[in-house]
Amino acid sequence: MKQLALVIDLNVCVGCHACVTSCKEWNTSGPAGFMSDMNPYDADPTGTFFNRVQTFEIGVYPNTETVHFPKSCLHCEDPPCVPVCPTGASYKRKEDGIVLVDYDKCIGCKYCSWACPYGARELDENQKVMKKCTLCVDRIYDESLPESERKPACVLACPTSARLFGDVNEPDSVVSTAIRDNGGYQLMPEWGTNPANHYLPRRKTQITIHEDELIRVDNPLKKERQLPMPDADEQTLDDITSW
Amino acid sequence: MHPAFSVIFLTTLIGVGQGLFLALYTGQLYSVVNVLPVQDSHSFYGLGSLLALVFLVGGLIASVFHLGRPERAWRSAAQWRTSWLSREVIVLPAFMGLTALYGLVHYFDMNPVLFRFSGEFTVDLSLVIGGINTGLAFALFFCTGMIYACIKFLQEWATPLTVLNYVLLGSASGFSLATAFAAYVGSELVTFYGAWAIIITLAAFISRSASLFRNARIKYKSSLRSAIGIRHARIEQKSRGFMAGSFNTREYFHGASAQSFRSLKWIFLVMVFPVPVALISTGLGYGAFPVLALAFAVQYTGLLVERWFFFAQANHPQNLYYQTV
Repeated sequence: MKQLALVIDLNVCVGCHACVTSCKEWNTSGPAGFMSDMNPYDADPTGTFFNRVQTFEIGVYPNTETVHFPKSCLHCEDPPCVPVCPTGASYKRKEDGIVLVDYDKCIGCKYCSWACPYGARELDENQKVMKKCTLCVDRIYDESLPESERKPACVLACPTSARLFGDVNEPDSVVSTAIRDNGGYQLMPEWGTNPANHYLPRRKTQITIHEDELIRVDNPLKKERQLPMPDADEQTLDDITSW
Repeated sequence: MHPAFSVIFLTTLIGVGQGLFLALYTGQLYSVVNVLPVQDSHSFYGLGSLLALVFLVGGLIASVFHLGRPERAWRSAAQWRTSWLSREVIVLPAFMGLTALYGLVHYFDMNPVLFRFSGEFTVDLSLVIGGINTGLAFALFFCTGMIYACIKFLQEWATPLTVLNYVLLGSASGFSLATAFAAYVGSELVTFYGAWAIIITLAAFISRSASLFRNARIKYKSSLRSAIGIRHARIEQKSRGFMAGSFNTREYFHGASAQSFRSLKWIFLVMVFPVPVALISTGLGYGAFPVLALAFAVQYTGLLVERWFFFAQANHPQNLYYQTV
């Protein structure tokens, strides 16, 4: 069964928040209504976001790594937020596995947000309904856009291509390949939610070079310096080899 | 979790209503088998049911304040196949309806004897309605408890003790109210209700203490490591991605200081259990309404604190993502 999802490469993410702003811009202008900001230019501003980038420090100084961690709805294959909804406003689409909220049915009881271990849902303070990442469902099927742009806004915005988009249940998709090749993993596997979104871990690219590989083995003088010019009548390597 | 006053009032008020109905019906059941004297239909069962209904309606009104879109509340009965909240939404009005019917049947004496057995015991209409409604009362307790107990990653709630606490605490407060009510109308059932109120309060004390004991020793399954999937002993959040507040920082943190959190636990432990038991014991000696009413008032206030603590104690795993600005 088709399951669209994001794969986020923590090895590449630089924490620029372009996905956050791009997500907010696209979704606040969408047909489903704007994402409210309360007191945007005042003390204690707050607003609805589908996507955030957080920063974690791993290890003890000086051996630390900074990991930027984009966080949005993971579109679980077994979403705990869906069965608890009393109205059926929260649902998972059969055709592509996207978890959505019907804003016209939601009563704003917040029960689904309690039932999401990742904190991926936010109550819109203005519309008083629950909102969450839609995987840009209003964009990825829009045939008026060129095919290369039929992707979630966050994926298109990412300057380092840290975000991949595709069907995780299709073995040869770009996301499945990335998960398979790079040790992609799910968040909080202990709750059996089976998130569709995967993360790729930090990884180092290393090659092993031994000391003798740094020294020219055909150096007759065993020294790293310019070879003396051969005499004019002397054979050189060029004369006896065919290169 | 951030305790919402609407839900605190909803769960405590309907608990009292359910407990009071159970108390009334227990009294009637005992009188059918001639263990207790029969009570007056008008002043006792009629008014008692009305009192229970007042609490239930109060709870229902409180619940409306919890909804962002109360005008759509009727939709919430739709998903009874999967959602405990939806089941509660169905059972609560059914229970209120039958409680009203039970009261009306008593009040207007529309209470025909349906059948007798052994020539001694008579089964009338109210007994049948009450029997069905008793089932609904327990079903409602079960639904309310399961709303919280079914969320497995809220580990403080995910225990059968949660359901048991709702049953026992609701019943205890209902029987306390029944004791005061019986004293008010001058019924001889004061001692009967008072004794049961004390017994159920003590049982609730054992079960609530068991859940506090359990929750103090919880090992959380989620950690920052599983939350971001990086296997390292030392992970520290440096930024949560924004400086101002959001739904995630408001909804899942209770915001009280560790000290007031701890002291509220002791406040409710004293107000819900020993003080009402002492007051009811004293009140029973004199048959004094004011003391018994005070016992219920103290216990109910204590239950408000208890419910606040119940919500505040639940530690949502999403909080792992919001540890620093």
